[in-house]
Amino acid sequence: MSVHTPHPDLPPPLSSVGFIGWCRSNLFSTPMHTALSLFAMYLIYLTVPPIISWVFLDATWVGDTREACASSTGACWVFVKVRINQFMYGFFPETEYWRINLAFGLLIVLGIPLFLKRFQHKGKLAAFILIFYPIITFQLFSGGNFGLTHVETSKWGGLSLTLILAGVGIVASLPLGIVLALGRRSKMPIVKSVCVVFIEFWRGVPLITVLFMSSVMLPLFLPEGTNFDKLLRAMIGIALFQSAYMAEVVRGGLAAIPKGQYEAAEALGLSFWKSMGLIILPQALKLVIPGIVNTFIALFKDTTLVLIIGLFDLLAIIQQAFADPDWLGYSIEGYVFAASIFWIFCFSMSRYSMSLEKKLHTGHVR
Amino acid sequence: MADEKRTVSEPAKPALWRRPAVRSVFFQILLVAGIVYFGNTIFQNTLNNLEQRGISTGFGFLDQEAGFGILMTLLPFDETHTYGRTFLVGLLNTLLVAGLGIFFATLIGFVMGVARLSRNWIISRLATIYIEIFRNIPLLLQILFWYFAVLRPLPGPRQSLILNDTFYLSNRGLYMPSPVYEQGFWLVMVALGIATVASILIARWAHKRQEATGQQFHTVITVIGLVIGLPLLAFLVMGMPLSWDFPVLQRFNMAGGMVIIPELAALLVALSIYTGAFIAEAVRSGILAVSHGQTEAAHALGLRPGSTLRLVVIPQALRVIIPQLTSQYLNLTKNSSLATAIGYPDLVAVFAGTTLNQTGQAVEVIAMTMAVYLAISLSISMFMNWYNKRIQLVER
Amino acid sequence: MSETDNTSSQSQASGDVTIQMRGVHKWYGQFHVLKDINLEVTRGERIVICGPSGSGKSTMIRCINRLEEHQKGQIIVDGTELTDDVKHIDQVRKEVGMVFQHFNLFPHLTVLENCCLAPIWVRKMPRKEAEAAAMLYLEKVKIPEQAKKYPGQLSGGQQQRVAIARSLCMNPNVMLFDEPTSALDPEMIKEVLDTMIELAESGMTMLCVTHEMGFAKTVADRVIFMDGGEIIEENEPHEFFNNPQSDRTQLFLSQILQH
Ligand SMILES: Nc1ncnc2c1ncn2[C@@H]1O[C@H](COP(=O)(O)OP(=O)(O)OP(=O)(O)O)[C@@H](O)[C@H]1O
Ligand SMILES: [Mg+2]
Repeated sequence: MSVHTPHPDLPPPLSSVGFIGWCRSNLFSTPMHTALSLFAMYLIYLTVPPIISWVFLDATWVGDTREACASSTGACWVFVKVRINQFMYGFFPETEYWRINLAFGLLIVLGIPLFLKRFQHKGKLAAFILIFYPIITFQLFSGGNFGLTHVETSKWGGLSLTLILAGVGIVASLPLGIVLALGRRSKMPIVKSVCVVFIEFWRGVPLITVLFMSSVMLPLFLPEGTNFDKLLRAMIGIALFQSAYMAEVVRGGLAAIPKGQYEAAEALGLSFWKSMGLIILPQALKLVIPGIVNTFIALFKDTTLVLIIGLFDLLAIIQQAFADPDWLGYSIEGYVFAASIFWIFCFSMSRYSMSLEKKLHTGHVR
Repeated sequence: MADEKRTVSEPAKPALWRRPAVRSVFFQILLVAGIVYFGNTIFQNTLNNLEQRGISTGFGFLDQEAGFGILMTLLPFDETHTYGRTFLVGLLNTLLVAGLGIFFATLIGFVMGVARLSRNWIISRLATIYIEIFRNIPLLLQILFWYFAVLRPLPGPRQSLILNDTFYLSNRGLYMPSPVYEQGFWLVMVALGIATVASILIARWAHKRQEATGQQFHTVITVIGLVIGLPLLAFLVMGMPLSWDFPVLQRFNMAGGMVIIPELAALLVALSIYTGAFIAEAVRSGILAVSHGQTEAAHALGLRPGSTLRLVVIPQALRVIIPQLTSQYLNLTKNSSLATAIGYPDLVAVFAGTTLNQTGQAVEVIAMTMAVYLAISLSISMFMNWYNKRIQLVER
Repeated sequence: MSETDNTSSQSQASGDVTIQMRGVHKWYGQFHVLKDINLEVTRGERIVICGPSGSGKSTMIRCINRLEEHQKGQIIVDGTELTDDVKHIDQVRKEVGMVFQHFNLFPHLTVLENCCLAPIWVRKMPRKEAEAAAMLYLEKVKIPEQAKKYPGQLSGGQQQRVAIARSLCMNPNVMLFDEPTSALDPEMIKEVLDTMIELAESGMTMLCVTHEMGFAKTVADRVIFMDGGEIIEENEPHEFFNNPQSDRTQLFLSQILQH
């Protein structure tokens, strides 16, 4: 019997590893790829350096008047700087900014445990955030009680309004969406068709017509003399619209729960609502968190549409700032600023939902 | 005997309100009653409110004179036309921008989706950057950007950016030559028709011949040659019966040629780029859904990369791509309503905007507008259901 | 068809050697997967390749039809050397059939269409002829009645037999099997192995990566043991199992024969 001694590993031929090997297989593998790579590099050379110097190198960061930017060829971030408070808080009285800060600070503090692995009461905390947190936030924003001065909704604006609209949209649409999803899966024909018609109607029309409807038709629907807030009307429109999308997401989750779970719940003698509330929904909702995050991203971007019915969300308030005769001609800076904020929010949320999806998938496979 | 009878007798009947069937009927009656009551209240309130404000009801306003002009129309339109015609004009403008947008978005989306999967690192990186940037910025912001930050600040017509004395880009839009068909152009069209018919026949023949003898035929090259060559021949034979109407710079404006107004251009660019990013993702996920084993098996059987793509990968990828693609088309069509924000005269801007403001007949106008979008959505989702049924892979 | 005959008659220089691997090396990045592989397979020979997981068995047989590229050494199949040349690759792939662990049938085509695809598009056969040939092979693997079904409607064993028939439709000289039974339930393994045994008896040149030692004992002319990217031992089955030469082989055999 011979004793086997394995051959030592040899290094690969030089041309296939290292920087050269990498370039060869990833950039210059064929003549066509070589041409494409060179073209792409040329394109990058043409665009990236000017953008970098406009945004950073040649940009003006200090000063607080238009004159500070007069001599530079880069971006004039002074424009954003002098209006940053407005962009964030809208027309909220400056002395009351702390209320908005407190509201969002609270959300962050409450939200952190949700992402901690070891925290046990995630469900309860989430329920608290969905039910009580909005009430607290409304008190903080609107005031009128507890010695807080009242701030009209027409003063709300900027990024805080954008967040509020998106938040209300998601919080209000979740319960409605769950009910609609259950209704659509119901065996009762009338309940089912009502839900189908409701869902398909909202999904079939553009949000902008919904906003028009809520701003011009809603007042007609109500008894004479009732007149209510423009912001509230927009919120109702957004919530109804969003609930239809939410319903479809939840329905996907309900469909993904194996039949055995429904049967097991029934076999335990649980009533419909108990089996839904205790067994099916907790599982289904967990499954659809990535889907909910994705609809939230869509909603977050869609809130900009309130600009068209005259509310001042982040985009609208920036757009409105362009009209300032002191600051004409700085629209690109404004748009870039708005775009970066929206981008950071949406991109990070989409990454989060992707990582969740991955986790769920591995959970199912193994 | 008596015992047996008892065992097969029906189960004892519970009280009425405990029976699921009764409960469900009762609950549904309640629901219908609720909806009817709710609908009726709204109806009465609305009638009251309208009467109070002195707004008429019904669709009579559609025959009234509109009295306003529209920036861009595909039908002849001026102030003397009716509100009914504003609806039509707006609808056509919506369909125009949606159709063009779908075309460009599909083009961008497929190129970018394939590029993202490229073996070429830099190309796939660039595609990723494109997708991640434009997907995550609100569409309205992009529309406003292209309109207010890019196209509007362009110089006026007199300082147009000129390419070749044929294209003029200014804040009035992109002016370009329009074709003028002269006598004899009909033959070119006829030639094109003949070439199309011939191509179909050739494709059929080639298919039949391959079935029968196995010989393959370069159908694609032949068809391209035919469709380009035959009309070209007719064009030359008739003495080139086509001329161009070039745009000319006049004192204050441009004359002649055709123009893409900046509103349309901004909307189109934003819609195509935004939706293109989503389509790219759909294309990518579709291609990735075809497992690597499929291509390997095809290669092992001796199929070339091109045939593998055509016979194995694409048919499977399309099952994933097409449903997502149609839903993106639907989104694009609905999103084209953001035209309102920059004044492109689409259905929402013209009809739900100006016409509504002038007539005040919110209920009718909004209902008509929504009905259009609903009809488009429903017909597309009906197509989708049909398609999904047809392509479903047969599983046990 | 005539092309094929030409090349196979060219290769007679070294007797009737079908596959020749000389000093083949392969790397995945920095990882040395195949180390100095030397192997000759003569026409009609049946070879079983075994070895622990990750030892490079799949990689080696996938180099034979160029699903993987080797970076050093020579691989000659039926007189055609595998290089970057697309013509050569096409030539070799026409002659070499492969059966995968996970079948890799095309789910959007029926069983019959799966079998006809390559003959029609690669061998340029008329459809009628290709279908007739395919039915013949489907009968050989004993599932002609499933021809109109889709792969998703078949059991694992049936799918694998379709995959074998699909490869045979190209009329290959060599068949490669990469663990064809390891994704199957025990009762289905037998039907696939029976098909493979029948194929072996008909004189097909076969290279099988498999852990079915019973199959190796009854069918193989030669058993090859691989570990760490090398061929450690090759011998005829009786000797291989009863009198392994290397300590590494002995260890491996004792491990798999325990169960
Ligand atoms: N595409 C790849 N990139 C990098 N490493 C790879 C790749 N494919 C295989 N390897 C590595 O090469 C080694 C040999 O892989 P191979 O699939 O040939 O093993 P095997 O003997 O077939 O094992 P098994 O019995 O598990 O199929 C393994 O260590 C594997 O991790
Ligand atoms: Mg393997």
